[in-house]
Amino acid sequence: MSRTLKSAIFSALLVLVVSYPVLGLKLTTVGIGLRIEGATPFELWCIAAAAVALFLWQLLRDRLTPSWARLPKLPGVSSKTSNFLTLPSTQRWVILAMVMVALVWPFFASRGAVDIATLILIYVMLGLGLNIVVGLAGLLDLGYVGFYAVGAYSYAILAHYFGLGFWICLPLAGMMAALFGFVLGFPVLRLRGDYLAIVTLGFGEIIRILLRNMTEYTGGPNGISIANENKPTLFGLSFERRVPADMPTFHGFFDIAYSSQYKVIFLYLIALLLVLLTLFLVNRLLRMPIGRAWEALREDEIACRALGLNPTVIKLSAFTIGASLAGFAGSFFAARQGLVTPESFTFIESAMILAIVVLGGMGSQLGVILAAIVMVMLQEMRELSEYRMLIFGLVMILMMIWRPQGLLPMQRPHLELKR
Amino acid sequence: MLYFENVSTFYGKIQALHDVSIEVRKGEIVTLIGANGAGKSTLLMTLCGSPRAASGSIRYEGEELVGRETPDIMRRSIAVVPEGRRVFARLTVEENLAMGGFFTARADFQEQMDKVLALFPRLKERFDQRAGTMSGGEQQMLAIGRALMSKPRLLLLDEPSLGLAPIIIQQIFQIIEQLREDGVTVFLVEQNANQALKLADRGYVLENGRIVMQGSGERLLTDPKVREAYLGA
Repeated sequence: MSRTLKSAIFSALLVLVVSYPVLGLKLTTVGIGLRIEGATPFELWCIAAAAVALFLWQLLRDRLTPSWARLPKLPGVSSKTSNFLTLPSTQRWVILAMVMVALVWPFFASRGAVDIATLILIYVMLGLGLNIVVGLAGLLDLGYVGFYAVGAYSYAILAHYFGLGFWICLPLAGMMAALFGFVLGFPVLRLRGDYLAIVTLGFGEIIRILLRNMTEYTGGPNGISIANENKPTLFGLSFERRVPADMPTFHGFFDIAYSSQYKVIFLYLIALLLVLLTLFLVNRLLRMPIGRAWEALREDEIACRALGLNPTVIKLSAFTIGASLAGFAGSFFAARQGLVTPESFTFIESAMILAIVVLGGMGSQLGVILAAIVMVMLQEMRELSEYRMLIFGLVMILMMIWRPQGLLPMQRPHLELKR
Repeated sequence: MLYFENVSTFYGKIQALHDVSIEVRKGEIVTLIGANGAGKSTLLMTLCGSPRAASGSIRYEGEELVGRETPDIMRRSIAVVPEGRRVFARLTVEENLAMGGFFTARADFQEQMDKVLALFPRLKERFDQRAGTMSGGEQQMLAIGRALMSKPRLLLLDEPSLGLAPIIIQQIFQIIEQLREDGVTVFLVEQNANQALKLADRGYVLENGRIVMQGSGERLLTDPKVREAYLGA
């Protein structure tokens, strides 16, 4: 009894300590200064009520749990359905259906919705890339955003200084990011587990800080904006309103009124195309020996060495391919924003991508897509405003309790053998 | 086929092997027995290049192995079944075997897969099952099968009987005998001295990093010192 009492008092105190400064105190601007305002009595009562509620819950939890167990089970997916859902063949059909819907849908949707969908697709691309590194090869990379930044800046710099267009820069950005992945991977991949995580985290930050401080080339905190004539074009047709006189435009070519809707849909379709290419690439890799080697390495490095495999080469390949996918995503991101600044590539982005991979179920591609949708939607819930991150955290905790293996964990793709 | 000549290995300052010399001839089963911590596994690992031998020479089919990288050594028709099996738990049996055949030529791959499955019918039954869900004996079979996928001429086994039921141990040893008939040379590191010596053509006894005795399997089996120290008789 005394132990439950102690823990009950502790949790109640914790509620008070945490929620009073967060919810009870408000900063208001008075002129150029700030003034702290106390909470209204209503808010104070709410906090007190929450503390009391938690106190009672902790106190009576042991007695409540049996009745809790009798409640209907959580919204569980029956093992048969989940088995069916995670089969590679099912996933393929689901993906096909999703692609069809995704192709047609933007022509009937609002501009804002298409824009958010484009953002989701960027995160899908990033998630798929990081999935190779973390989900398949088992290398915890916390600096993935660094390669995303390299891709974005490669495009921005090439466009700004050399006047190159998006379609030339896209493969170049991917290659540049791959090169960075390769070079950074060499020293880093000797490390394992937590140490690797720390060092990659450091590298991610170094890239961002470098970009911010090389003011002459990267524009520092102001970033680089991409001129309209270098933005993505459809066979040379620009989707911008104002372009140099000699450049054909989409609305000019078809002799229709300019609408920014066209551009948004066009960008969305490019993103979709890139995601499909990524999916195709990853699926091919998974069926190749190198894909299996990534997973084998995640399982047992010593056994891999015993089989004559060189772990460094395999890790490096995963790291490099993952980085190049981030590079593609980065250059597209730059094209969509029209402006790259170092602040788009902070650690929280890495965390977000990692969360997508973990939430989706390590190694599962459909899971990554689903998780990217959930995560971006959560971020974009404007009506929840400042409580957004709170709900974000709550969803993560609930996920880890209910489905620690992820939304749709991967099943092994079987290769058919002639017998 | 395989010669160790005065090989010494160190872990930091501690010397684990003292001038070890052994020989494995083509088509033999040679066993190395010894107590816990005698350096049996170290000897095998030294052959694999990790840790590296500090002095001496290890020659395989006329080529010097000391100083080479582990992956390089393991691609020379040598296969090892590591201690504790070390199968890829979350990969299927099929994928485990495929990993073993990573460097096997495509033309030989299927043939080798069929051979291994014929040798271990159990693996065929469990073909699509994850390796981690199988019993210890099945995992040991898988580990041996995986090693055989690379078409080795020399097979190194590190305590294949560890933690297995006697009947399974017998099966495993039968298979090792069968492998010799197929022309694979076997170097067997074992604590289960009784079984290993019955099977082996020749044996070595390792004590505190030194070879203290060698001879044919039968001779060692009847040697009073060996009987006292390792056979508990």
